[in-house]
Amino acid sequence: MVNRVVTGAHYGIRDWLIQRVTAVVMVVYSLALAGYLLWQPYLNYNIWTALFSNLAVRSFSLLFLLSLFYHAWIGVRDIVMDYVKPPGIRLVIHVLVILTLLLYTIWSVQILWGM
Amino acid sequence: MNKKRPKHLALHRIKLPLPGFVSILHRVSGALLFLALPALLWMLQYSLRSIETYTQLMEVLAFPLAKLLLLGVLWSFLHHFCAGLRYLAIDLHFIGNLAQARSSSWAVMAVSLVLTVIAGVKLW
Repeated sequence: MVNRVVTGAHYGIRDWLIQRVTAVVMVVYSLALAGYLLWQPYLNYNIWTALFSNLAVRSFSLLFLLSLFYHAWIGVRDIVMDYVKPPGIRLVIHVLVILTLLLYTIWSVQILWGM
Repeated sequence: MNKKRPKHLALHRIKLPLPGFVSILHRVSGALLFLALPALLWMLQYSLRSIETYTQLMEVLAFPLAKLLLLGVLWSFLHHFCAGLRYLAIDLHFIGNLAQARSSSWAVMAVSLVLTVIAGVKLW
């Protein structure tokens, strides 16, 4: 009988894959952004906002942030599963982390599209 | 078979090998980045919203303590980034034996620290 816990990982291979796919998305975005910023002789508000006025940049930025939040969920959940044993406390932390990351998602859309 | 019990481990001679050290730092830096998320999102918001909030953000970041915290976040990011690339390389079997595991761990530590120092110099 498989002993499944509500606060367990459930789908190891899927999370393993998502952790790597989101990581690659973030690597590509980070290198592109760092490359662009280092290319600029100097930085000010106009150059910064001009970059984010581009729809492709906004979309890629949101993709980066969504990847980051999913990646963070898997990472934090693994840490919690390693160090927090009582199921009740674990469940509370999991729910809080999920809600926090969902709020960050809404916040990110507001930041990028609510300017 | 008669094993000699109890066993006495020379605890002072047992230490975490470098790949293990990089591994725990990967976890620590990841946790730090998660905790820094609200501040980082706030910074992104203030940098984009208006010229006033942008100027406010620059004033906040001019404080030495703010720069120090930012540098801590930057190290966390760079270490997590480099250590993550190392894990991807291991997944792809680019790193397979003990010597490579050790040398790549050294590289992760060195590259992330050097990049943090360069960023720190640029920040100040």
